[in-house]
Amino acid sequence: MGETKSAAARTGLLLAAPALLLLLLFYLFPVGRVLSLSVLEPTPGLGNYEMLFTSSGIQAVLSATARICLITTAIAVPLGYLMAYVITIGSRSMRTFMLYGVLLPLWVSALVRSFVWVTLLQRRGLVNQFLQSLGVIDQPLPLIWNEFGVIVGMVHYMIPYAVLPLLASMAAIDIRLVEAARGMGASRGRAFREVFLPLSMPGIAASAILVLILTFGFYTTPAILGGGRTMMIAQYITTQILVLPRWGVGAMLATVLVVVTIALLLLLSRFFDPSHSRTER
Amino acid sequence: MVDQGTRPTFGVQALAVVVAAFLLVPLIFVLPISLTDRSYLSLPSEGLSLAHYKALWSDAAWLPAFGQSVVIGLVATLIATVAGTLCALGCWRAGGRISSSIRAIMVLPAVIPPVVYALGVYRLWIDLKILDTYTGVILAHAMMGMPYVIITVSAALSGFDRRLEAAAAGLGAGPVDRLRLIVLPIIAPGIFSGALFAFLSSWDELIVVLFIASRNILTLPRQIWDGINEDLDPSIAAVAVLLIVFSALLLFADQTLRKRRQG
Repeated sequence: MGETKSAAARTGLLLAAPALLLLLLFYLFPVGRVLSLSVLEPTPGLGNYEMLFTSSGIQAVLSATARICLITTAIAVPLGYLMAYVITIGSRSMRTFMLYGVLLPLWVSALVRSFVWVTLLQRRGLVNQFLQSLGVIDQPLPLIWNEFGVIVGMVHYMIPYAVLPLLASMAAIDIRLVEAARGMGASRGRAFREVFLPLSMPGIAASAILVLILTFGFYTTPAILGGGRTMMIAQYITTQILVLPRWGVGAMLATVLVVVTIALLLLLSRFFDPSHSRTER
Repeated sequence: MVDQGTRPTFGVQALAVVVAAFLLVPLIFVLPISLTDRSYLSLPSEGLSLAHYKALWSDAAWLPAFGQSVVIGLVATLIATVAGTLCALGCWRAGGRISSSIRAIMVLPAVIPPVVYALGVYRLWIDLKILDTYTGVILAHAMMGMPYVIITVSAALSGFDRRLEAAAAGLGAGPVDRLRLIVLPIIAPGIFSGALFAFLSSWDELIVVLFIASRNILTLPRQIWDGINEDLDPSIAAVAVLLIVFSALLLFADQTLRKRRQG
């Protein structure tokens, strides 16, 4: 290319420098500094981390967070699988319709989507009105400002994210393998169970981990649909800082968020590389 | 072409349509609610009314919020796009292990939960005295938008045949001409997609704004948030409809561009 290799590397790093410098000064530094507060405030030591084992309030938040994460993942991934499956091997018109079904919600903000669920699920909301007019129920059901409402909103938010890694993994599956199994007399169900499903396993794992990561630190939807009664970790942290303020506890929980997120990311990187997923089995 | 025998059965397709409907139908239901003739969230009872849309124009809060969000989104996107594109180009040029480490660090703002960044930036902005200013919000949003640009531009570059550039150099093109005539046209769609994602991330961003803005800066998400927590009046439904339409248009533009690139 006319340049020596080290000259190319030098130009390259020079080009990358502004972004790196910005990130260092205005992202990594403030985040690192605030995380360090977890062992500095109010007194130096691991006192804040002890609260993970002693504070029943924090334990309630963590267990609600874990529960909502697991339930959301357990619902969103199978439903996402269904959509990805039909997008991958369905007819052309189905494919277009389903693809927009996935993409449009993805482009609408969490705030707007949570608000939509408020209008549907609140006491005088459309769902309760509809059920009452049918005579199924006398009193409006409590569909919102509890864990049920949070999970409905989270599943709605996460399905598109569940679909994306599944689509990528299914696109790499050689569909002729399924056709061959069918040709040799396997039933539809058996060809799916023994050929397609095992080949899509890395996609399922990637999708589940992605949904777990995103749900774990999510703020908007739980804050709106939980109504302060069902609290997840991000909202609890916000309260610690903006209402109380208890920086030590907030920083400690932020550290927990970061550590768990990075652990899940490392796990994800094992499944995400498509060349890796094809040789997995 | 997929064989008939391997196509999903009718039952499976029907179930998938139900899931798609679960995703789409709630978004459609806000339209009639925004057109209600009553003063609370409900379906129209006696007729359709545009009162809640008109309220958006006359209300003192919504239009400025919209304007602030647009300004913050555009400037933050500009910073994120320029810095991010240069960084992706630099990593591509330098290659090797150090480049993959740089890329891995640069995407952190997109994977670390934003509430963590909100705490950090809140404290730093207090020290720098840029709490509740355009500068503060724009800078924070630019950091959060950079990863998207780096991801999409790197993806565009990964499919780029380096020999094209070598050939241009062999024909006597200087570095600036090579960048302008060979590299930029190829990565332009990647830059555009990245910029679009960066803009959307700023446009929708709530949690950081809750920490670092209070009186002077009231972005659209902040205004919606306050509305949901205070009085839930139907003008929020009108805003929601407008935002959903806006998202649909952006999605359509992005898809059309992608098709043109492939076709």
